[in-house]
Amino acid sequence: MTAAAVPAASPATTGEAAGARLARSRRNAELSLLLLAMVLVAAYGATVEANVLDTVTPDFWIPAAVLGLVFLGLHLVIRWLAPFADPALLPAVALLNGIGVGFLRRYDLAKAEPDQRETLAVFAGKGGSQLAWTLGAVILAAVLLAIMRDHRSLSRYAYTLGLAGIVLVMIPAVLPGRFSEVNGAKLWIIVPGLGQLQPGEFAKLALLAFFAYYLVRKREVLSLASRRVLGIDFPRGRDLGPVLVVWLISLLVLVFEKDLGTSLLYFGMFVVTLYIATERVSWLLIGLILFFGGAYLAYVLGSTVGGPFANFYDRAQIWLDPFAEPYDRGYQLVQGLLTLGTGGLFGAGPGGGQPTLLPEVQTDFIFAGIGEEIGLFGLSALLVVYLLIVERGLRAALAVRDSFGKLLAGGLAFTLGLQVFVIVGGISKLIPLTGQTTPFLSAGGSSLMANWLLIAVLLRVSDGARRPVTGGGPVARPAGSPPEQLHGAPTEVIRP
Amino acid sequence: MPELVITVARFGFLILLWIFVFTVVGVIRRDLFAGARSGRLVAAPRAVGASTGPPAKPAKVKRGRAAHQLVVTAGQLAGTRITLGEAQITIGRAEDSTLVITDDYASARHARLVPRDGQWFVEDLGSTNGTYLDRAKVTGPTPVPLGVPIRIGRTSLELRP
Repeated sequence: MTAAAVPAASPATTGEAAGARLARSRRNAELSLLLLAMVLVAAYGATVEANVLDTVTPDFWIPAAVLGLVFLGLHLVIRWLAPFADPALLPAVALLNGIGVGFLRRYDLAKAEPDQRETLAVFAGKGGSQLAWTLGAVILAAVLLAIMRDHRSLSRYAYTLGLAGIVLVMIPAVLPGRFSEVNGAKLWIIVPGLGQLQPGEFAKLALLAFFAYYLVRKREVLSLASRRVLGIDFPRGRDLGPVLVVWLISLLVLVFEKDLGTSLLYFGMFVVTLYIATERVSWLLIGLILFFGGAYLAYVLGSTVGGPFANFYDRAQIWLDPFAEPYDRGYQLVQGLLTLGTGGLFGAGPGGGQPTLLPEVQTDFIFAGIGEEIGLFGLSALLVVYLLIVERGLRAALAVRDSFGKLLAGGLAFTLGLQVFVIVGGISKLIPLTGQTTPFLSAGGSSLMANWLLIAVLLRVSDGARRPVTGGGPVARPAGSPPEQLHGAPTEVIRP
Repeated sequence: MPELVITVARFGFLILLWIFVFTVVGVIRRDLFAGARSGRLVAAPRAVGASTGPPAKPAKVKRGRAAHQLVVTAGQLAGTRITLGEAQITIGRAEDSTLVITDDYASARHARLVPRDGQWFVEDLGSTNGTYLDRAKVTGPTPVPLGVPIRIGRTSLELRP
């Protein structure tokens, strides 16, 4: 009996110690990584000035310091509101955002008159406004973390978010071109004299929350009822409904907003969420076949009928042979390819390139512009950073304890990766070029804000996933919110 | 600016970039293996002196091994791990459960795991389809040995050290 009594006393203490060890919050690791990222951004700024100005001004560190303060603020908010969030997410995103600001400032330096270069203000030009947008986006992310104390509260607004997402997608399509068209793509809401907003960037977050909620509800029927053909389970015809609807919507986006990238993004997002929900490879196959079929159809229609499909046909033609008209339609892509080629393995050094020769270098082609200066060696590092962000998102999805969180985090992480693929594939001529923003790098407030919101959601989900179990639920609900059990629990427990 | 400084800055930046990447990978790596390592560390000591100094060799490893993780081995949440503390674990479809299982055969409040004196007990909360410990249906609070599957609908759970 004594043998039984001794173990009875100690499990609590060792269990507690193990809990503490397993559930380290790792916030200090996040802080030191963040500092390293900001040192990198400062080093980038210094090298740019050494190359462009031939001297390093005493103020070179100010943009990096401002960024550092902004991110430090978010770090403190995470310490307070999401102490168990993933430690690698914030520093990785901060690095990309910092390099983006640094490159845009470098672009401003190249554009400025030589005698004004040394006195370029911190908040001047594209780089300055990107810095200001970063501040806004990070504040937005912090507010989201403060409002959404538990990612499952998002599922309560799933239908509202789905409707909002569709409305946001549709607004540019129905607005007259004067208020919605930039460079041939109708993706914008332009308020004359005030600025422009890309609603699709926010729509993808709202739609994903809706997809995740819908699929948690429907996963059973989608994954159980099936016919087996050639060793792969295919769903029944009537269950194909929702995926066909989303396919149709993304095709309409392709036709009316003339944007292949966004349409690929929405469709890929849905198919992959479906795949995560059902674990059925057949959905991926169906998705790929539908997308390639749709794209080919649009291509054929573009060459014969023209009209709304002509834009897509043009882009596909440029992609197939950009050097056919190197000074006309293919100019941008050809310049991008030459820029990447000039960069070579190690690049011309930050500040050593000629970004002004490349059209749209501050938005769509920023990856090519950066590539000229840091080369393949540096670009692959940036791509690995993206990969790590996506990996951390998927890891949060694996670890979180509820299906909605799994689909939400998995879908968001995949969407981020797909967007990087679409734009980097576009500028390197792997797929037809489409005007997507490069997340966190490209100039533009909408993209920056939407992507920081995405990171805030991932931080929240990873916090829920890594938080040790303490009470009845993994995360304490904020006071005043209605109890969730009634909302979330379908009462039919049928099937004997 | 002398050419040498610019060349050093150029390559130094690239090297620093990769150092950052590998540091992030290092942090992630430590994170991934943290659970496994401390699991081994904790499994050993049982005696009173557990908290002081390096652990002595465990006298009765099998008897004393405490559960520190709840692992979902089958079902839609397969692969999910929960680090066990001193709080009870509730399992069911209700969204405020510790483990929210979306399973047609599970009830909103299906079962719970309660720690008592270092031993975990499983208790059915009046579910429609029942909770099974290995093959036996759980009727009252039943002690759960390590590695024995608890079955709820299509989901299986196990306690691990």
